[in-house]
Amino acid sequence: MQSYSYILWIPLLPLATFVVLGLFGRKYLKTSSGLIGTLSLLTSCLLSFKAAKQYFFVDGKVDGIYQKIEAFKHVWLQFSPGVSIDMGITIDPIAVMMLVVITSVSLMVHVFSLGYMKGEDRFATYYAFLSLFTFSMLGLVLSVNIFQIYMFWELVGVSSFLLIGYYFYKPSAVAASKKAFIVTRFADLGFLIGILVLGFYGGSLDISTLIQKFTTVQSPEYISITTASFLGMSMLTWGLTLVFVGGAGKSAMFPLHVWLPDAMEGPTPVSALIHAATMVVAGVYLVARLFPVFSMDAHALDIVTYTGVFSALLAAVIACTQTDIKRVLAYSTMSQIGYMMFSLGVSRYGGEAGLGYMASMFHLFTHAFFKSLLFLGAGSVIHLVHSNEMKDMGGLRKLMPITHIAFLIACLAIAGVPPFAGFFSKEEILTAALHENTLVYGVALFTAALTSFYMFRLYFSIFWNKEADVHGEHHGEGTWTMKLPLIILAICSVGAGFIGFPEFVTSDGAGIETHMDIASMAVPVSLSIVAIIIAAIMYKNANEKPAKVATAFGGFYRAAYKKFYVDEVYLFITKKIIFPLIGQPIAWADKHMVDGFMLMLGNLTAKISAAIKGMQSGKVQYYALYFFGGIIALSLLLIYIWK
Amino acid sequence: MNLSLLVIFPLVTALAVLLSKGLKQVRGFALLGSLTQLGLAGWLLKSYQAERASGNLTTNLFESNTPWFTSPLINYHIGVDGIAIAMILLTSVVVVAGILVSWSMEKMSKEYFFLLVLLSMGAYGFFISLDLFTMFFFLEIAVIPKFLLIGVWGSGDKVKSAMKLALMLMGGSALVFVGLLGIYYNVHSFETAEVIRVGLTSGVQKFFFPFAFIGFGIFAAMFPFHTWVPDGHASAPTAASMFLAGISMKLGGYGCLRMVSLMPDAANYYSWIIIILATIAIIYGAFATMMQTDLKYINAYSSISHCGFVILGIGMMNKTSMNGAVIQMVSHGLMTALFFAAIGMIYSRTHTRMVAQLGGLLKAMPFISTVFVIAGLCSLGLPGFSGFVAEMTVFMGSWQNPDTMYRFATVLSGASIVVTAVYILRATGRAIMGPISDEHALLADATWNEKLASVLLIAAILVIGIAPFLMNQLIVPSTDILFEHIGKAITIK
Repeated sequence: MQSYSYILWIPLLPLATFVVLGLFGRKYLKTSSGLIGTLSLLTSCLLSFKAAKQYFFVDGKVDGIYQKIEAFKHVWLQFSPGVSIDMGITIDPIAVMMLVVITSVSLMVHVFSLGYMKGEDRFATYYAFLSLFTFSMLGLVLSVNIFQIYMFWELVGVSSFLLIGYYFYKPSAVAASKKAFIVTRFADLGFLIGILVLGFYGGSLDISTLIQKFTTVQSPEYISITTASFLGMSMLTWGLTLVFVGGAGKSAMFPLHVWLPDAMEGPTPVSALIHAATMVVAGVYLVARLFPVFSMDAHALDIVTYTGVFSALLAAVIACTQTDIKRVLAYSTMSQIGYMMFSLGVSRYGGEAGLGYMASMFHLFTHAFFKSLLFLGAGSVIHLVHSNEMKDMGGLRKLMPITHIAFLIACLAIAGVPPFAGFFSKEEILTAALHENTLVYGVALFTAALTSFYMFRLYFSIFWNKEADVHGEHHGEGTWTMKLPLIILAICSVGAGFIGFPEFVTSDGAGIETHMDIASMAVPVSLSIVAIIIAAIMYKNANEKPAKVATAFGGFYRAAYKKFYVDEVYLFITKKIIFPLIGQPIAWADKHMVDGFMLMLGNLTAKISAAIKGMQSGKVQYYALYFFGGIIALSLLLIYIWK
Repeated sequence: MNLSLLVIFPLVTALAVLLSKGLKQVRGFALLGSLTQLGLAGWLLKSYQAERASGNLTTNLFESNTPWFTSPLINYHIGVDGIAIAMILLTSVVVVAGILVSWSMEKMSKEYFFLLVLLSMGAYGFFISLDLFTMFFFLEIAVIPKFLLIGVWGSGDKVKSAMKLALMLMGGSALVFVGLLGIYYNVHSFETAEVIRVGLTSGVQKFFFPFAFIGFGIFAAMFPFHTWVPDGHASAPTAASMFLAGISMKLGGYGCLRMVSLMPDAANYYSWIIIILATIAIIYGAFATMMQTDLKYINAYSSISHCGFVILGIGMMNKTSMNGAVIQMVSHGLMTALFFAAIGMIYSRTHTRMVAQLGGLLKAMPFISTVFVIAGLCSLGLPGFSGFVAEMTVFMGSWQNPDTMYRFATVLSGASIVVTAVYILRATGRAIMGPISDEHALLADATWNEKLASVLLIAAILVIGIAPFLMNQLIVPSTDILFEHIGKAITIK
C-alpha cells in the first residue's frame, strides 16, 4: 500500500492560500488573488482525485472491504490519560468521497467567482474566506477525533459567517450572518455536550476507539453507557441525540433550519458552495461518521429519521410558495438533506440492511453536483437581471441558452427523472424507506412529487412565462469562467448516477448489490412527471392559475408563504422572553442590587466612621473622659466575670 | 537565572522614566524596559525548559531566599514553576502591548508610564514569590497605581470608579491578609513549601480559607464581588484597562489557585459553593454583557463571565480543570488586552464607545476592525484561538465529576458560549459591520505602534490556540505536582 501522506496537502493548500491572501491580498494581490486561490484549489482537487483513484482502485478492497486508514495522527491537546484531541487524517470511503465532492464543487465555485465577483472591492478577502472555508470543510471530513470534528465544525461555522456577511455594509446581510452563526452555535452546544457524554463513557475522543467500544456489546464502556440513564433515556441515546442536534443545526433540520434561507444574503457562488453542497451536509456526514454507534441505538435512529422526514416535507411545502429564487433553492436544499437524514435513520449497519446508508451518501454525492449547478445557474440569472425575485424574470431561455440547458438538467436531476443523477440516488432512498417504514416512504413519495413541482415552477418562471424586462446593456451569460462550471456540473449531474456508487461507499465498506426493479421505480417516476406537467400547465405561460390555486389553499398557503411562522416564534423567544425577562433583569440586578449592596457596605463604613470620628477630636478633656469611662466599664465587666 | 532581575528591571525602568524628560524619552525608556522584560521572560522560559529537560524535577526552580525580618519570619523567597512562568510571560506581553498603545499619551506622561511600570513590577514580584508575605507585599504594590491611573487619566465618572476599585481591592487585600495571618500563626511560617509540609488542620483551613479565597476572588472578579470590574474598566485609560484585566485579575486567579493548594481540605469542603458562584458569574456575566451598550462595558462584563471559568476550573478540583483554569487566565489576559486595545483605538478616533453610534468601521479602518473581530472570535471560543483551548479544557475537566450538580454547572457554563456568541456578534454586527456614518468614513486606520501591539497579542493568542501542547508542556508538570498534594486531601475525604 502506498503512502497517503500527500493527503495532508489537500487541506493545507487552501489554508496557505487563506493566510497569504488574508495578510497580503488586500494590498499586493488584489487582482491576482482569484487566480492564486483557483490554482491552489485545482491542485487540491487533483490530489483528491489521485487519492480517490489510489484508495478505490489501486489499493482496493482488503478482505472484501475498503479498510479505514489513519494516515496521520498526532496528539494536539491532552486532557487526561487516554483523553485527548488528536489532529489526524482518516481515509475511508466517505472521507474520500467527500474530498472529491468538496474540492470539485469548491473549484467550480472558485472558477465561477472569477467572473461573478470581478471588480469587487474586497475580491482578495472573498477568495481568502473561500479558502478558509474549504480548508475547514476538508479538515472536518478527514477528522480522526470527534473533538477534531468539533473544531473544524466551528471553523466551518465562522467561515460561513464571514461569507454570508461578505456584503458587510448591508444590514440584512449582517443580520443573516449573525443569525446563521448563533443558530448553529446553539446547536453546537448540543454537539459539545454530546461529545462530553460520549467521551466520558467511552474514555476516549478517538472516533475509531469510540466506535470499537460502543459497538462491542460486552465492553464495559457499552454496558456503562447503556445502563446509565437520565430522564428515562440511556446515556447512549442522550449522547447520540445531542451530537445529532449539532448535526441538525448545520444541516438546517427543523426546528434549527431558520438560518438557511436568510443565509442567501451571501454572494450566490457562496450559497452554491456552502449552502448546497458542503457545509449543510456536514450534519449528514457527522451521523454517517458515527453511524456504527448510531446503529446500536434504535431511539437515536428514530429521532434522526423523523426529524429528517419532517424537515423534508416542511421545506418542500414552503418551497412551493416562495418567490425569491434563492430561497426556493434553500428550502429545496433543506428538503433534500432531510432525505439524506431519514435515509440514514432507516438504515442498519452492514450488508443489505445498510442500503439506507449507501443511499444517503449516494444522494449527498449527486445532490452536491446538481444543487451547486442550480445555485450557480441562479447566480448567472441574478447577475443578468439584478434581482432575486421571480416576478422580475421570465423568458430568459433565449438570452442565456447554456444556463437554460444546464438549469433544466439540474431540475430533471433533482426531480428524479431517469437517467439523471438524482434519479438513482433518490430511488435507493425510497427503496430503503419502503423496506423499513411505510409511513416514511409515503411522506417521502409525496415530497418527491412536491419537489418536481416546485423545481419546475422555478424553471418555467425563470426561463419561460412572460418576457422579463432586461433593459440596458446586459452581458448575457457573463464570461467563460461563469459558463464553464455550469457545463462541467451539468455533465456531472447527468453522469454521477452511473458510477456504480453502491460498490464503493457502504456502511461496512463491503459493497452491496442493488436491484432496480421497474415496479418500484414506476410510482415515483410517474408521480414526478405528473408534477412536472402540472407545473408546466401553471407556469409555462403567464396566466391566472397560480393565483387561483393560492387562493384555493387560503390560510394554508399564507402560512406556508410565511414559512409557518417559525421565525416569528424564535423572534418571540429572543425579543420577548430572553432579552426582557432574563437579560434586562440581570443587568438591572447587577447595577442596583449586587453593586448596590457593595456601595451600601461602603456607605455604611463611611457613616460609622463619621459617627465615631468625633472621638478623635484632639480635645484632652474628652480623651480623659473616654479614658475614665473605659476604666469604669472594664472594671464593671471584670467584676461581672469574676463574680 | 536570577529571578530578582524580573523585579529589579522594572524598578530601574521606573527610575529611568522618572528621571527622563518629555514624552519621547519617557516612552522610549518605558518601551525599552518592557522589551527587555519580554526578553527576560523568554530567557526564563528557555532556561526553565533546559533545566527541566536536564531532569531537575524540584517543584520550583531558580529559588533564592533572603530573610527580611526575623520576627515575624519573612523571607524574600522567590522561585518559579511552570504556572508562574506562564503568568510572567502573559504579563510581559501585555506590558509591551500596553506601553505601545499609550505611545501618544501627552498628559503627564512621566507619571503615567511610571505607574504602568510600577504596576508591572508588582505583578512580576507577585508571581515569583514563594513567601506569602512577600507575595502580599507585591500584590499591594500592584493595587495603588491602578487607583491613580484611573483617577487621573480616566474618563467618565473616574473618581468614583477609582475609589470603588481601590476600596474593593483593598478590602480584598485585607481579607487575604487575615487568611495569611491565620496560616502564619498556625504554621509559624509564611513559606508555601513549609505550609504544605506541615499542613494545617482541617478546622483551621475551613476557618481561614474563605478569607483568603474571597480576598483573591475579589481580584478575580468572583461573583458577587465583581462590581468593581465594569466601572473600573470603563473609566480606565486604555493601557490601564489592559493591565487591569490582563494582569491584575490574574493576580486574583493565581492567588486562588495557590490558596487551594495550601488549604486543600477546605477547598474541597467549599468546592460546591465555589462552583455555584463561578457558574453564576459565567452565565450571569454573559447575560449582563448582552444588555450593555458601551463597548468597554461589554468587554468588562464579558471578563466577569470569562474569569468565571478560571474560578470554575479551580473549584472543580481536578487536574484537567485546573490546567484549564491556568490556560484560561493566560488566554483571557491576552484576549481582553487585545479587546481593550481595539476599543481604545476606536475610541481615540470616533470619540464614542456607544455601539449604537458606531457602524461600518470595517470600511474606514480595516486593520482595527479586524483586530476587534479577532478579539471577539477568541472571546467566543473559536478553535485556533486560545479561548477555545482554555474553555474546552475546563469543560473536559469539570465533566469528569459525574455528580449531578457538577454536570449541571458544566452544562450551564457551556450554555454561556451561545450567549457569548450573541453579544459578540451583536457588537460586531453593529459597530464593525453595517453602513458607516459620514463622519466616521474618513477616519485613519491604526498607526505602527498600535499595529505592533495588536500583532504581538494576536501572535500570542494564536500560539496557544494552534499549538496548545506547548502550553501544556509548560504547565502540566507543575499542576501535577500541585495536585499530588491536593489529590491526597480529596481522597482522604
